[in-house]
Amino acid sequence: MSEVSNLVEMRGIVKRFPGVLANDNVDFDLRPGEIHGLLGENGAGKSTLMSVLAGLYRPDAGTIRVRGVPVSFNSPRDAIALGLGMIHQHFTLIDSHTVTENILLGLDDPRFLMRLSQYDERMAETGRRFGLQVSPSAKIWQLSVGEQQRVEILKMLYRGVQVLIMDEPTSVLAPQEIEELFKTLRSMVGQGKSIVFISHKLHEVMSIADRISVLRQGKVTAAGIDPGATSKAELANLMVGRKVLFDIEKRPKEPGQVVLELQEVSAQNDKGLPALRNVGLKVRSGEILGLAGVAGNGQSELGEVITGLRRCTAGSIFVNGNEVANRPARESIEFGVAHIPEDRTHVGTAPNLSITDNVIMKAYRQPPLARGRSLNRHAAHERAEHLKQEYTILAPNVETPARLLSGGNLQRVILARELSSEPALLIAMQPTRGLDVGAIEGVQRLLLQQRDSGAAILLVSEELEEIFSLSDRIAVIYEGEIVGDDVEADAETVGLLMTGGARSSESKAAA
Amino acid sequence: MTRTESAAVRPARRIRLPFVVRIEPRLEVPRWLSPVISIGAIVVALLLGALVLALVGGDPVRAYAHIAGAAFGSLGVFSDTLVKATPLIMTGLACSIAFQMKLWNIGAEGQFYMGALGASIVVLAGMVRADTPRAITIAVMLVAGILFGAGWGLVPGWLKARLRVNEIITTLMLNYIAVALVNYFIFGVWSEGGFQMTRTFQRAAWLPRLSDLAEQFPVFRGLTTHFGLVFAVVAAIIVWYILYRSLWGYEIRLIGDNPRAAEYAGIKITRNTVLVMMLSGGIAGLAGMSEIAGVVHRLQASISPGFGFTGIIIAWLAKLNPLIVIPVSILFGGLILAGREIQPAGVPRLIQGIILFMLIASEVLLRYRVRLARRA
Repeated sequence: MSEVSNLVEMRGIVKRFPGVLANDNVDFDLRPGEIHGLLGENGAGKSTLMSVLAGLYRPDAGTIRVRGVPVSFNSPRDAIALGLGMIHQHFTLIDSHTVTENILLGLDDPRFLMRLSQYDERMAETGRRFGLQVSPSAKIWQLSVGEQQRVEILKMLYRGVQVLIMDEPTSVLAPQEIEELFKTLRSMVGQGKSIVFISHKLHEVMSIADRISVLRQGKVTAAGIDPGATSKAELANLMVGRKVLFDIEKRPKEPGQVVLELQEVSAQNDKGLPALRNVGLKVRSGEILGLAGVAGNGQSELGEVITGLRRCTAGSIFVNGNEVANRPARESIEFGVAHIPEDRTHVGTAPNLSITDNVIMKAYRQPPLARGRSLNRHAAHERAEHLKQEYTILAPNVETPARLLSGGNLQRVILARELSSEPALLIAMQPTRGLDVGAIEGVQRLLLQQRDSGAAILLVSEELEEIFSLSDRIAVIYEGEIVGDDVEADAETVGLLMTGGARSSESKAAA
Repeated sequence: MTRTESAAVRPARRIRLPFVVRIEPRLEVPRWLSPVISIGAIVVALLLGALVLALVGGDPVRAYAHIAGAAFGSLGVFSDTLVKATPLIMTGLACSIAFQMKLWNIGAEGQFYMGALGASIVVLAGMVRADTPRAITIAVMLVAGILFGAGWGLVPGWLKARLRVNEIITTLMLNYIAVALVNYFIFGVWSEGGFQMTRTFQRAAWLPRLSDLAEQFPVFRGLTTHFGLVFAVVAAIIVWYILYRSLWGYEIRLIGDNPRAAEYAGIKITRNTVLVMMLSGGIAGLAGMSEIAGVVHRLQASISPGFGFTGIIIAWLAKLNPLIVIPVSILFGGLILAGREIQPAGVPRLIQGIILFMLIASEVLLRYRVRLARRA
């Protein structure tokens, strides 16, 4: 009991999954009142380690001590009882219930009568204490992703959690929401909570964490180092074990003909509200147009109208001179539009079908995959094998169902399918979101390769750095309008446009 | 689980069980696992059945031997088993293809009745003359049966595709309408001497039976297995080919697994909804045609002891695989047949129920593994 100063001590944690050693003899300490950044690539074992701490998994070996006392958990309930709560990447909220109802779910109090208004008051109280503004009587579906995350945090705080484990909390947030989250986290630490912040984003971890630990392939490569005493490059090295190029080399641009042209396009979102207003854009072959904007300003709808997945209420869209607005999705595919969708698992892939079935999704109508009305299974298999090699998709074989692939590998399946069609136009929606450093670099290289071979690319991304380093031209979208076209690659200019700060002065650029 | 859970909330010093039961998701499912688990489930079910038999004072070994004998014991009874299995294969296929697209067609029963009605109209409304050759008569009946069934699938399919009407409700309700419609014809239009049945069809409208070949092959004497079995097996092969080897089947599987991905791939979901419901209804209609042309030889009430509903269970147990539907149907055909032989008749039903229960429960083991873990 010499290290009483540690709130949590994990020693020699080993966790095996079939074929994978997710945690290999890992030690981890958490001090009271600190934000501990846990860095690592996708699949490095960060989430596994923290799931062990949160009672979700049982370690194959190793010990956990909380406040010096050895513990063993059989479920997250046990962990919460000892003050350890985890907030997962995918929220576990019930859409049609209110915030208060979601927070109370599974608790013994209230027992029978809900007396919701009384509890609403308590929730608001807890929220105020930690700077988590959210209306207790709002239904979950009415809330933005950032607000939903606040509900998840409130849920844990209401259960009296002392240690909050946050798994990639920023991956779903817009830049402003990230700032707000950071403020909340700091205020929680100020009130004596401890936080484990899991991420693979170097700059975030460096700006929020008091100490940083790094995992690589299930092993600790750095334990509790001081962010002041290290650098991005060093951390990246600890994460991936090799030097990462942060500046991607780019050949000078040689734009050709206009491939994509939008004229005065308007469209509505799923709730029937205007999402795009008179959008005009042009993308030339051999050019990457980076569209910057805070998430939810019409980017998703823009991608969908171009690919035929959403109707326009006005305007025209041309791909190489062919009108594709309000035409079936199949036509835009036939005109050579490739689409890396925003939502990998719900749109981009079919989870229970094999890698083979997933890579032929766009091309199965054409020979050699189609032989008359039959599917040429041999050709499909060969294509899958070939793409698995070329795009280094890591999986036991091409018959592996897509749901067993990690995020990075799933994105490689989508890229393999979309890029192998040699598209005239590529709509890349958040292509590197949630990927680790190594994978991001690979995706970015592939995009540049497409550009150099003459594709027109519309890149939609929330990562300004990515937009700046890849784009030949930058446009900014705000509340469904293009508020800047061909703007300077400068964080301040673009940042102001993205947040509507310079709207009036830039309106002529949009016209 | 609950007991060990509550024990572990407290710190380590307390007395605990020496092990915990862990249920963990499987990350990989080996190919051999599925058949092994299914066979294991059947074995467990038979053991449980034996236990019940022993408890009520029976001799499990003799009872099982008798059931096996009554269903598979001789060429004659096996032939009768196949007769029972024939419509089950087709209704099982009808459900399998619809379920592959997550279209919950529980109207195979109604589509079966409509198929039977369609085939009867050909014979009784004089669409073919009584002296038309057998091959032509049967071909026309076949087409009519399929079309009537497909039409009965088209209605809920179209409603679902155009108006998003829940197909579970519409297909279920259409079952009652189909039965009532058949009743109208057998009570009113074609009633034979006041009985609730039509006249017997002319011989040209009977499907050939194995016993028809008894002159050349004496071993076939008395065997009732009819040509409908060939329809069923051919249908199974066609459905299998469509699902796993054709472009259309690929679309069906893609829509079934992730409709949003299918839309993204440029596939029209509405059109496929209508087509798949029609195919599903058509196969169930074929089952109805085969049953009246091969077994009953007239249209009458209760031509189906729930073939359409049993088809749902068969499709599920066959994991929607058209080729597996065949052996599963034969097993069920055997159990139905044995139900008549064994006294009390409840015993095969009991075993049928336990087998079903075990097979469905065993699905969990495909997705999760159960481990006894020693406490640290």
